[in-house]
Amino acid sequence: MNISRRRFLTVAAAAGGSIVAAPSRALSGARPPAREYGCLVDLALCDGCRKCELACNQANALPPPDRPFDDLSVVERPRRPTDRALTIVNKVAVAGREKPVYVKVQCMHCNDPACVSACIVGALTKEPNGAVVYDKSRCLGCRYCMVACPFQVPAYEYRDPLTPRVTKCNFCFERVSKEGGVPACAKMCPKEAIEFGPRADVLSLARERISNPGTRHRKHGPHVPAIYGEHEVGGTAWMYISPVPFAQLGFLALPAEAPPRLTEAIQHGIFNGFIFPAAAYSLLGLVMYMFRDRSDRKENGGGKGSGSR
Amino acid sequence: MSAEIAPRPVRTVPCFTSGVFALLAVVAVGGIFAAWRLISGLSAVTNLSDQYPWGLWIAVDVATGVALAAGGFTTGALAYVFGGERYRAVVRSALLTAMLGYTFVAVGLLVDLGRPYAIWHPMIYWQGNSVLFEVGICVMSYLAVLYLEFLPIVVERYKDGVALPRPFTALGRPIHSALTLTGRVMDRALPFLILAGVVLSCLHQSSLGTLMLIAPTKMHALWFTPISPLLFLMSAIAVGYPMVIVESMIASRSLKLEPEMDVLGPLARFIPVFLGLYLAMKVGDMSIRGTWRHLVGGSPVAPWFAAEMIGGVATPLFMLLFRRVRRSPPLLFAAALMVVLGVALNRLNVFLVAYSPPFAAKAYFPSPGEIAVTAALISTLVLAYRFTVMNFPVIAGRSRAS
Ligand code: SF4
Ligand code: SF4
Ligand code: SF4
Repeated sequence: MNISRRRFLTVAAAAGGSIVAAPSRALSGARPPAREYGCLVDLALCDGCRKCELACNQANALPPPDRPFDDLSVVERPRRPTDRALTIVNKVAVAGREKPVYVKVQCMHCNDPACVSACIVGALTKEPNGAVVYDKSRCLGCRYCMVACPFQVPAYEYRDPLTPRVTKCNFCFERVSKEGGVPACAKMCPKEAIEFGPRADVLSLARERISNPGTRHRKHGPHVPAIYGEHEVGGTAWMYISPVPFAQLGFLALPAEAPPRLTEAIQHGIFNGFIFPAAAYSLLGLVMYMFRDRSDRKENGGGKGSGSR
Repeated sequence: MSAEIAPRPVRTVPCFTSGVFALLAVVAVGGIFAAWRLISGLSAVTNLSDQYPWGLWIAVDVATGVALAAGGFTTGALAYVFGGERYRAVVRSALLTAMLGYTFVAVGLLVDLGRPYAIWHPMIYWQGNSVLFEVGICVMSYLAVLYLEFLPIVVERYKDGVALPRPFTALGRPIHSALTLTGRVMDRALPFLILAGVVLSCLHQSSLGTLMLIAPTKMHALWFTPISPLLFLMSAIAVGYPMVIVESMIASRSLKLEPEMDVLGPLARFIPVFLGLYLAMKVGDMSIRGTWRHLVGGSPVAPWFAAEMIGGVATPLFMLLFRRVRRSPPLLFAAALMVVLGVALNRLNVFLVAYSPPFAAKAYFPSPGEIAVTAALISTLVLAYRFTVMNFPVIAGRSRAS
């Protein structure tokens, strides 16, 4: 339901956009009724304080961390989100640059998420507000979503024998669903390195900062002219701008096409209206009938019943 | 023709032999690990991680299990759809292999799923975009079809009356008439079931090949191709008869029966055709998309690919072209076994070797617990096969003159 509605809205919005072809339209606030939110992480501003990790831990009532959040030595070793930390910050040393770059990692909330397309029971859904959320009551723990995620984000509670969950950032779905709600990490960040808002606005903000850096940004050097997440795997709700080329920071080089475009094309090609399976069944039935005639005659001639059945 | 001999329960060997005890020991060890997994969680027994969410159990118990159970539908199609009556002699054992194979796919899944008690959820929560959903629904339906197809064999076994212990003797008659009725209904329904089995098999065998296409950036180019579903279907069809040959020859040997060479030899004629088609598809795809380049330059996965294609496809394809090979039990067995191992290796390659997550701390290798559980599942399957052919009319073999 949600998905088809979202697709419809996207198509409608795209069609509207191509007719009017005015960029000002998006800025004027004339957006489709379902607002897709986004977040912009400005890597020029982040200084690796781990406050977002703390905020996320509190907001999601996660177990206490292995090392306290004010222990900043943790960022030295590259980490990934786990079942106990939905977001983490890694320090990346860049050759020829005095200051390291700190990279916050969490679910990207893809526009066309591979995890959602993969999930066998629809336990993962892309909500109209842009969040990709998880319903543990449907999940059977097949972990195909983890295989599918191009950013390798979802983690699993392998230690839990009875009710393990897939864990990942949920874009603070409950919070942002409320009027004026902001993701806990974005709210907590003392450097304002995480900007939250409608994805279209966040995207314009990113372009603005790249082309016209303010003084605060200038001291970190200009941004590279790229927005990570604008086009990767069909675009993501979370996007990054950076003073250093993304490839040097360990960001994955991903194609613009979302993975589900291939699998769903194959899947729906075969199952469209059950035409192919029905045709195969009928055709085989026909063949069976033809051969049956022949074998019956032979069997009658030989005076023997269908023996081995 | 030897097919004139009707199938009957095999009584040539004792119930318990040293081999049976060895298998029971393997089952016991795996059973302990499986129980431990259910009590302490996946992390206690497996090497699965956030980087490698799928391991040996999915690659072998599920993906390979489904592929090697393809003999059920290919033999059924040949014997009942395409008029190959002479192959009906091996249809029942192929059907039994498929039925047990798919049953153990389900059992293997129960051990692997994080929430095994939710395995039925796909029946109520439909997700038509998910390849795995399609695989799940087709496998469930096909499992039901297989059990129904086996029903006539059960009926045949008990049609001459069921000897029930004392207090239940009175139930004998109603049970007998119920069985007779079932037998009649099944006679009518069988053609439809066989057709359904063939279509369902083609659907999920190919969809298994679509599964990993959702992760294009994690898959090695040697195994990532949009025609993967076609390759999976073709290789499943190609491995069907070799599996029947391997299974039938092992069974004859262990049950002290004559190998059914007059059926297996002719059956083997089809194998080079299917293998050839498979090889042509593979080579065509690789040359069109230029992926053969990954074979040169010492890629660490190239040997896996070479083993699969040369050992599992090209060599047996060549061997089986010769009548002499098809007529010699040891050579036929060797060639068929190579195809079986080749397809098994292909599934292992697609689901494990080709999968390399971008942020992997260390590579995945199955834990002793995972290996023990897989070994136990295979052993249980063999024991269940043995038990069934010794108690139900599945094999129409002559006992070996010794
Ligand atoms: S949006 Fe919420 S759940 Fe996601 S990383 Fe931030 S605080 Fe955690
Ligand atoms: S980043 Fe991964 S988990 Fe998050 S929405 Fe995209 S595919 Fe799903
Ligand atoms: S593990 Fe759960 S959420 Fe992930 S694909 Fe399977 S059922 Fe869906």
